Parts: sequence; structure tokens; C-alpha cells
Amino acid sequence: MTTMTDPHASTGSQGFKLSMLLNDTRYRSLTFQFIALVAIIAFMAFVGGNLVRNLAEAGLNISYAFLGEPAGYDINQRPIEYDSQSSHGRAAMVGILNTLIVSFLACVTATVIGVFAGVLRLSNNWIVARIMSVYVEIFRNVPVLIWILIIFSIMINALPAPRDFRGADASSSMLFDMFAFTNRGVYAPAPEFLNSFGSAALNWLMVIGALVLSFVVARTVKRWATTKQEATGIRPATWYINLAVWIVPVALVLFFLGLTWNFPELKGFNFKGGMQVRGSLIALWFALAIYTGAFIAENVRAGILAISKGQTEAAGALGLRPNRIMSLVVLPQALRVIIPPLISHYLNITKNSSLAIAVGYMDITATLGGITLLQTGRAIEAVLLLMLFYLTISLSISAIMNVFNNRMKLKER
Amino acid sequence: MSDTHAQSVAFVRHDSIPPSPPPATQAGAVKWMRENLFSTWLNAAMTIIAVYFIARLVGFAFPWFWNGVWDADTIKECREIVAAAGNTTGACFAVLVDRWDHLLFGFKYPQAEYWRPTLAFVLLIVAILPVLFSNHFPRKMLILTGLYPFIAFWLIWGGSLWVPLFILASIFLTMAVFRAVESMSVSMRTMLAAVVGVLSGLGLAYLLYSGATELWFISDSIGTADAFSTVASLVFKALSVFTYIFFIPMGIFVGYAIFNDAEDGGLVTLVTALAAIYLLLAYALGPVSSAINSIIPIELEAVPSRDMGGYMLSMILGVICVSLSIPLGILLALGRQSNMPLIKGVCVVFIEFIRGVPLITLLFVANVMLAYFMPPQSNFDLILRVIIMITMFSSAYIAEVIRGGLAALPKGQYEAADSLGLNYTQATRLIILPQALKISIPGIVNVAVGLFKDTTLVSVISMFDIVGMIRGPIQQSTDWISIYWEVYLFAAGVFFIVCFSISKYSQWLERQLATDHR
Repeated sequence: MTTMTDPHASTGSQGFKLSMLLNDTRYRSLTFQFIALVAIIAFMAFVGGNLVRNLAEAGLNISYAFLGEPAGYDINQRPIEYDSQSSHGRAAMVGILNTLIVSFLACVTATVIGVFAGVLRLSNNWIVARIMSVYVEIFRNVPVLIWILIIFSIMINALPAPRDFRGADASSSMLFDMFAFTNRGVYAPAPEFLNSFGSAALNWLMVIGALVLSFVVARTVKRWATTKQEATGIRPATWYINLAVWIVPVALVLFFLGLTWNFPELKGFNFKGGMQVRGSLIALWFALAIYTGAFIAENVRAGILAISKGQTEAAGALGLRPNRIMSLVVLPQALRVIIPPLISHYLNITKNSSLAIAVGYMDITATLGGITLLQTGRAIEAVLLLMLFYLTISLSISAIMNVFNNRMKLKER
Repeated sequence: MSDTHAQSVAFVRHDSIPPSPPPATQAGAVKWMRENLFSTWLNAAMTIIAVYFIARLVGFAFPWFWNGVWDADTIKECREIVAAAGNTTGACFAVLVDRWDHLLFGFKYPQAEYWRPTLAFVLLIVAILPVLFSNHFPRKMLILTGLYPFIAFWLIWGGSLWVPLFILASIFLTMAVFRAVESMSVSMRTMLAAVVGVLSGLGLAYLLYSGATELWFISDSIGTADAFSTVASLVFKALSVFTYIFFIPMGIFVGYAIFNDAEDGGLVTLVTALAAIYLLLAYALGPVSSAINSIIPIELEAVPSRDMGGYMLSMILGVICVSLSIPLGILLALGRQSNMPLIKGVCVVFIEFIRGVPLITLLFVANVMLAYFMPPQSNFDLILRVIIMITMFSSAYIAEVIRGGLAALPKGQYEAADSLGLNYTQATRLIILPQALKISIPGIVNVAVGLFKDTTLVSVISMFDIVGMIRGPIQQSTDWISIYWEVYLFAAGVFFIVCFSISKYSQWLERQLATDHR
């Protein structure tokens, strides 16, 4: 906003004067920045000096050696090997994985709920549209912490205890003999491999590899169909090829690995075997999904409404059928509006998953920022590492989003 | 016309047939239902599912609500009353009656003083109405809005009335000093500028000198144990040397700048006014207010911050943090748009850092870390630390919203302001901000609603807001052990009322401010 004039015109004849640092717009910004720099240095001196003195007074120093010391506490959900003799660093790793697990589950579920509610809110069915509006308004306007606590309370108070499943006249029974909903969590069948490739991680990597392969092949099939359509005008039917491409490799891999299911069974006072999904995980997962789903629903609705009616009508005038109008004309344009806020909602889910500490789900905030911090007293180091973790995730997701936005930007002349 | 055919046609109608009513299926409720509920098979199925769903929900919730017990002392007694009435379900709303005060004010706020926060809340509504509906209320009511922070502070925290009054008086005094210096004759002001210039030059030089000494001290205490600390230590040494070199020139420069500016008067006026308010608040506030108080004692029972709780705490945090973070957010947004790389860089780093971490980690900072950065033995209470962190948090988000507003302004607006000869401050204040803020209102309101909801997170760092009260003193008491539906629904309800009305207000305001033609 400064007015630029030729610097040589005035300085040439009169030379540089000190007052120009203030009164001349050419130099004033330099002066301001210099003052700001000095202020920052002074602030650092103040804060740093206080920190050094306070630490000396408390007999502490800044050291990250505690990450290697044994943690001495147990974690109830362990995606990787961990016991109470493992180090604090390992406990933090378990926490990171738990954060990622619940964030991933909540992101997927929130997207499904959000798209569903957003589309139904535009439905011409009056009662369904109303229900969806009520859902969106109620869930958007109440803190997510309250939703987490409500669902968690339902999980531990309203569901039967494992002992209710005992005996001939049990008051509760398992769903299809596979799922047990108890106040200690939900028990579900767990997949197990008879011919294992060493470790569980490697086995799952094989399955993921098969899925990636299917994806690549499916894309090739699609390209082949498009080429053929452009050459002949007729699109070959590919749905059965696609079906085979998606199912056969995974099925083969699972068969060679020897997939079996480990069913949960009531033994003594508790269920054994199977996979236990704890109430804390379910509370966090569904509360985050339903809460964020309400926001995503609004974005989806806005995205669809943003596509002008003329687009639909023009596509109709070209003779496209309604589903092709949706997939070829409306959706590609609506996605451009929907996806950027969608990704920032994913980011919000990841950040809100730190509320796990309220229901005792052992995510990174509860391990590193909770128990480790309290046990070692290393407040500064623990909180800094915690912030660093969330910052890394946020910045990498925004980087991805920037790339996406640049690619999706309307190509204007 | 009809006459022309009178002879040739056997029958000619002279009046029109009265319109007959539409068929029953094309009118009224039936038509509406056909169109809105049963237009296709899919729609009909969805309607039936929806009606079934609502019926189940009502069938479950209504008896629960209707059989609710409003008068009982413990959860056991309450369940017994429900069972005695022959009902299978029934809510225990008695907990709300029994713990009403706790839910609203926390469990430590003195009971006899509940009228104070209540009055502060009522006054808040009176003070905020002329801001929210500026066209419908006389402008004079804005005076109350200006006074409100002082009144509310006195009502909620108590203590001597003279403290907030003295702060208010200091502000007026400072404004008077500002006016006086502004209207001085140039020769008088030059003399003043000489004095102020020398003093502030010396003061700044001293400040920087001690800063440089401090930096050297930090560098020494980091030591050179490993590579990382060696580098850190060297950085601080370099900063220290830099400051040692510059403390005298900076002092001289600032002193000279103030003196040199005497004719224009802007800097002298500003520095004198700032010095005046600093001196008044730092040295006169305590003695003067306690002196007046000993002569004319007007005081309320002082309530320490740690005794605040319940929904009151959420309101305090929400109102203070939103009102502080809007100006801060504007400054950050302007800083981010600035063409000075250093200032821009600082703002970008601050905003991106704050937006990248969850609020909980910032509350941890307030809880366990901030004390390390304050001078030893300084005693900041937790609520103030939390207010600082939440304000920083929401100001970063508001800054991003306002940056969007600034970016949405056409470049022509900036150029037009420049071509009118307005300087940066004038252009920003008169041309840019009014338009940018108008565009950003919905976003700012969203952030405010989000912030208000996020105040529940303070329960995680063991502050007893409404959620903290429920999870602690209520659910863990023997009387109301593990009661959850009633209390959580109440908490959800109070948040819903506030947040929903704020978002409806913002939609209304958006329509009011829409001056463009659509």
C-alpha cells in the first residue's frame, strides 16, 4: 500500500537523512521490520531467560532421554507389540497408531454419514429432508465432547455385562453367534491366517498388495473400454471383468494364507478370542463420525446446490440419462466444491481425536501427553513432541490439499 | 359477438361455467402428501421408514420424559418413585433440580452471591443487544456496552469497586493526555518531545541491554553438551552480540525519531499516552484504589478465579475469548497480507502453528508449560492462562476467515483507496476493513460458535465447567452415581440454545447486510 517513487530522484541531490527512515515510505517498512525483529529478540530473551531460571530452580533440564526409559504402564489397545517394560517412546508409537486408527475409522464413517445426510436433505421427500435438517442442526450445535461422553456412557451403562450371556436363561445373547455387545466393548470375529508369512503385518501387506494390483488392472480395463468406445462408439460391458478383477486376486491371496475366523466365546466371566473393540474406541469413533458427518452433510448439500440448474438441463438437452448426468456433469463439478472442506474436516477429526483422553482411549494425547507426562514430569518435552506430531499431520495434509486444489482449479483462459 | 351466431347456432352460452373444484387427489393435504411423501415407490418406502423411526423414538423417549421424577434426593429414591408408579422407564430430572446451582455456577462459588453472575448475564444481554441489532436500538445504549466489561468484572470477581473504576478513569485520563499533547503548540510539543525522546531512548537502550545480557545467560546455560545444544547456544550468542551492537543505536534512533516527529506530533502523542497509562496502571492502581476504598468502602466479596465453574465458566471463557480474538485476528490477518516479509512471516508461522495443533495441546501448555515461561514466583491463575491460550487459538482461525474476506475484495478497492491519497491506516480503516469484515461475518460467527463449544475442553485439564461438573462432582457423588442421560441432555440443551441462536442470528445479519443486487 506504499507509494513507490524513484529512489534515486530525491536521494541523488539531497543524500540520505536519518529522518527518512521514518518519514519516507521507501524506508519506513524496513524500519518497522527492524523494530519488530528487535521486539522478537527481546521477547525470546524474556521467555528463554525465564525458562532457564525456572528449570534451574526446579532442578530440571531439557532432555529427551526419557523416551528410552521403561514406561511401566499398560495400554489396553496395542496395534504393535507393547508391554509395561517397553519404553516411553514405544508407548508414544502405540499412541500414534491408535490416533491414526480412530481417525481413519471416523473419517470413513463420517464421509458415508455426511454424503448420505447431505443428499437426503435435498430429497423431495418432506419428512426425510426434515429429519436430516434436524440431525444436522442438533449435532452441529452441541460440543463433540458431550457426544463422546453420551455414547461412552451408553456403552458402559446400557449394554449388558458379559455375565448376562451365561447360563441357559441368559438375559442377553450374541448376534448370529458372532458378535457380542457388552459393556466391556464389542466382540467380533477376528481373521487369522494359518499359513502365515512370518508376521501379521506382512500378511496384511500381501492383502493390500493384492488390492493395489486389482486397482491398477481395473484402471487398465477402464482405459481399454474408453479406447474401444472412442474407436467404435460402443462401450463394451466391463462390469463382470471388474468384478473378477476385484475379487479373484484378494480371494487367492486369502486362500493361500489360509484365512480362518477366530470367534469370540464366553469363557468364565469374560469373552475370549475374537477381536475386542472397546467402548472407548466405539464412543470416540461414532461421536466424531456423527458430529463431523453433520458438517460434511452441509458441505455436500452446498456443493450440489452450487452446480447451477442450467448444467443439468444442458446435459439433459444433449440426451444424457439422469444417472449419467449425475456422474458425468454434476458430480465432477460438485466435487471441486466439496473436497477441500472435506479434507479440512478430516483434519478436524484427527485433531478432535485428542479428546480420547476424556474416555480413556489410549491415543497419543493420552500416552505421551497424559501418563508419560505425569510419570516423568517432562512437561515441556512431552507437549512439544505432541504438538510436533499433530503439526506434521496437519501440514502434510494441507500440502496434499494444495496440490489437489491446483490440479482441480478451473482452467481459465 | 354472440349475436352474429344467434340465427345460425341453436345454443349460445352467455355466461361462463363456474370453475369446478379440483379433483380430491389434486388438492389440499392429499395433493401435498402425494407430491412430498409418496411421489415414487422409493419415496413412499423412505416415508414409511422415517415414520416408523420417529414413532420408535417418540415411543421410547416420551414415556421416559413424561414419567420423569422432578423431586427426589438420590438416584435410588428416584428409581423407586418411578417403579412405585408402575412405570418401566422414567427420567430422573430431580438431579437437575438438586444440582441446579452446581450446573450453572460450579460448586465453589459462594451461594449468597449467585445474584452477581446472574445480573452480569442479564446485563450482558442488555449490553450486547445494541451491538447485534444496531438499527433497532438507540446508539446511546452503546455506552453501556463500553462500560459492561468493568461492571461484569466487578460483579463476577468482586473486590473493591474502585479497582475497575480506576482502570476506567485511567483510560479517560490517557485519552485526555492524548488530546492535550495533540493540541499543544509546536514549541511546547518540541520541548515535551525532547524529554520523552531522551527518556524513551534511555529506557529502550536499557531494556535491550538487559535483553542482550539475558540472551548471553541463556546461551551459557544451554551449554555445549551435544551438537544440538551447541548450535542452539551459538544462535543465542549471535543474537546476544547482535543486540549488544544495536542497543545504543536503537535507543538513539528511537529517541531521535520521537524528537524529530514533534512537528507532526503522532509519535510523541502515542508514546506519552502509552507511558501515562502504563504509569497509572502499574504504580497508581493499587495504592489509589485501596486508599479510596478505605475512605468510601464499596466492595463485594472477592471470589478467586478457581472458584468459577459450571455453565458460568463456559460463558465467561466464550465471551472474553471471542471479544479479544476478533481484534487480534484482524491484526494477524492484516499482518499476513502485509508486504513486509518479517511481519508476514511471523503471522504465517503463528497462524499455521496454532491451526495445526488441537486445542487440548494448547490447554496442556496453559496447564503445565506456561508457568515455565513466566518470571519465577509470578502467579498467573489458571483461568487467565486458559483465556490467553483459547484467545490465541481462536484468533488464528478468525485471522484466516478475515484473510478470506480481504482476498475477496477486488483489487480496485485497494487501488481506489491509494489514488484518493489515503495512507495505509486510513485505507484499511475506511475502505478495506468495513467491506472485508462484512464478507467475513458468517465465518467469524462459525468460529465463535466453534469456540464456545470448545470451552467444554477445559474439563480435561480439571476445570469444573458444566461438563467437568457432570463428570466430577455429580456423577461421582454417592447420591447421583453414574447418572448420564438427564445431565448430558441438559448440557447439550444449553449449548444447543446458544449456538443455534447465534447461527440463526448470523444468517439474519447476512441478509441484512446484503446490499448487492441479486
